[in-house]
Amino acid sequence: MTTPAIQLPAPAPLLTRSGWSAFIVALIVVCAVAPVLNLWVPAGSALHLSDYAVALLGKIMCYAICALAMDLIWGYTGILSLGHGLFFALGGYVMGMYLMRQIGRDGNYQSDLPDFMVFLDWKELPWHWALSDSFVATLVLIVAVPGLIAFVFGYFAFRSRIKGVYFSIITQAMTYAAMLLFFRNETGFGGNNGFTDFKRILGMPIATPTMRMTLFVLTGVTLLGFFLLARWLTLAKFGRVLQAVRDAESRVMFSGYAPLPYKLTIWTLSAMMCGVAGALYVPQVGIINPGEMSAANSIEIAVWAAVGGRATLVGPIAGAFIVNGAKSWLTVTAPEFWLYFLGALFIAVTLFLPDGVVGLVKKLKSRKSEGAAP
Amino acid sequence: MTPDLMDEGARRVAARRAPEALGQTESGGRAAGFSRIAVPGEVDVTHGRILYLEDVNVSFDGFKAINHLSLDIAPGELRCIIGPNGAGKTTMMDIITGKTRPDSGTVFFGSTIDLLRHNEPEIASLGIGRKFQKPTVFEQLTVFENLELALKTHKGVKSSMFFRLDSAQSDRLAEVLHTIHLAGSVTRMAGNLSHGQKQWLEIGMLLMQDPKLLLLDEPVAGMTDEETARTAELFLTLKGKHSLMVVEHDMGFIRTISEKVTVLCDGAVLAEGTLDRVQADERVIEVYLGR
Repeated sequence: MTTPAIQLPAPAPLLTRSGWSAFIVALIVVCAVAPVLNLWVPAGSALHLSDYAVALLGKIMCYAICALAMDLIWGYTGILSLGHGLFFALGGYVMGMYLMRQIGRDGNYQSDLPDFMVFLDWKELPWHWALSDSFVATLVLIVAVPGLIAFVFGYFAFRSRIKGVYFSIITQAMTYAAMLLFFRNETGFGGNNGFTDFKRILGMPIATPTMRMTLFVLTGVTLLGFFLLARWLTLAKFGRVLQAVRDAESRVMFSGYAPLPYKLTIWTLSAMMCGVAGALYVPQVGIINPGEMSAANSIEIAVWAAVGGRATLVGPIAGAFIVNGAKSWLTVTAPEFWLYFLGALFIAVTLFLPDGVVGLVKKLKSRKSEGAAP
Repeated sequence: MTPDLMDEGARRVAARRAPEALGQTESGGRAAGFSRIAVPGEVDVTHGRILYLEDVNVSFDGFKAINHLSLDIAPGELRCIIGPNGAGKTTMMDIITGKTRPDSGTVFFGSTIDLLRHNEPEIASLGIGRKFQKPTVFEQLTVFENLELALKTHKGVKSSMFFRLDSAQSDRLAEVLHTIHLAGSVTRMAGNLSHGQKQWLEIGMLLMQDPKLLLLDEPVAGMTDEETARTAELFLTLKGKHSLMVVEHDMGFIRTISEKVTVLCDGAVLAEGTLDRVQADERVIEVYLGR
């Protein structure tokens, strides 16, 4: 007996045609439209993009990278990390150390050492600052430090088969412990003041409109690049194994896959993405301190992903923009209500929009097409 | 002697020795002596047993779930396991598949592979497939994707990133889709299937793994009579090529498929034999079938 042919679904393309169009538009907006509107359109014009808006959008794009990283580990793999703020801060600190060294002798004490070390009466750089003079080493460390810490932590956690809420609590404790460590003056990270008052990056002044725009474009391109990477990973069989781990881990094991390397790969990659986001964030906002490692920051990343819609990639990016946009607007108009709003938003999304904003849009779209059909 | 004659002689000697070296002689290489080459990861069934449990013990907090259990299965055999609740049927499968470590005893796959030295994914790769009591499929993935994931291939991270289904694999997938009667639901989410269809999908996933031994925990639970009949048919075609161990409560189903039945009770084998013989056994009637 011959089996009649079955049409097996073809592998999905990286992006659909309209997806590519949207992607190109986003790329043009980031690389061309925003710089032109900010740098060349005169300040009085209605089309002018203010410096404040550039700074805000640049910041939010860094957050969007974190949300994307969170989607890979939480949305696709079902591992809720409440410690991603740590990886973000670590990337930021590596960048901050480099920027501190770039200040040179222009600090308040005109010393070769960063101001806070002079203040603590230190005579030479501690060992862990050894590579902070080199920009190339800094670029490597931005991914290597969060990556290594995530790898070691993840290896032991996943090997011990720690799952669900237990894993979330441990990650939360991890970032809290790191915050306490960084708060101390003797660890050499500037204590509770952290690093600030940056002057230069690669020898160029950091506070110019051009540099601000350069960092903005860099952040946007990184976000879009990471989006493509995440899309490729989740469309490959690799991504389906991750989803399988999320839905039925025992079946994954009895199908011959060892879940540990899969979880470890995506966990480490996700941490590295957060590190890059942190490194892009610090020169744009001009400060990094242990507050970035606070428990609330890590939880907020999860909120962005939940609001946008888990396991959709686009959703968490949109979620980061929506929540942070609302935050910057509300903290100006009604600062005392922001935390209530955030809490209410999270509850509302969990109750009414389990699939987030993206899920809502999809539902509306399908209802519309149903209505259109006779 | 001429050179071509010498060449001819050398060729004949080589041709005779090659299969001996590989163990490809009539008796599976056994005639070659005791120092048979054990190929890592290959199941050696020359002793006529594919699964071999001896004197296995497991206790959970003092409760003896498995009590001096000894059991063996021949290659190509279809063995049914019956027994009252708590007899240790599922625990036995947990031990074979590496989920539970026994306190003592030996568990061998073929004559060379000690299953107690392997973890779950390794045991699955060696060729033991398992269907759970509660159908366990990847609910958020399509039927096609479920089967694709189960496909026997390299299962490392890197090979998954660059995996492409080749035509032989596509054919295999299509064949299994027909076998499990889900050819019309290729792109449906597995979570939206009926209970019986999920059972079928899980069986299909086992088939994709191409295991030598299938452990099936209540495969027809929740199936309609028609689906049950089809499953029986499927198992009978698998018999011979694969070894099957089926845990079931459905006596009608067992009657259709079984040749040999093992009755477990309190973690040990109570009786073994054909269904008729087992059903006539006084002790079995006492603990399981009821009067």
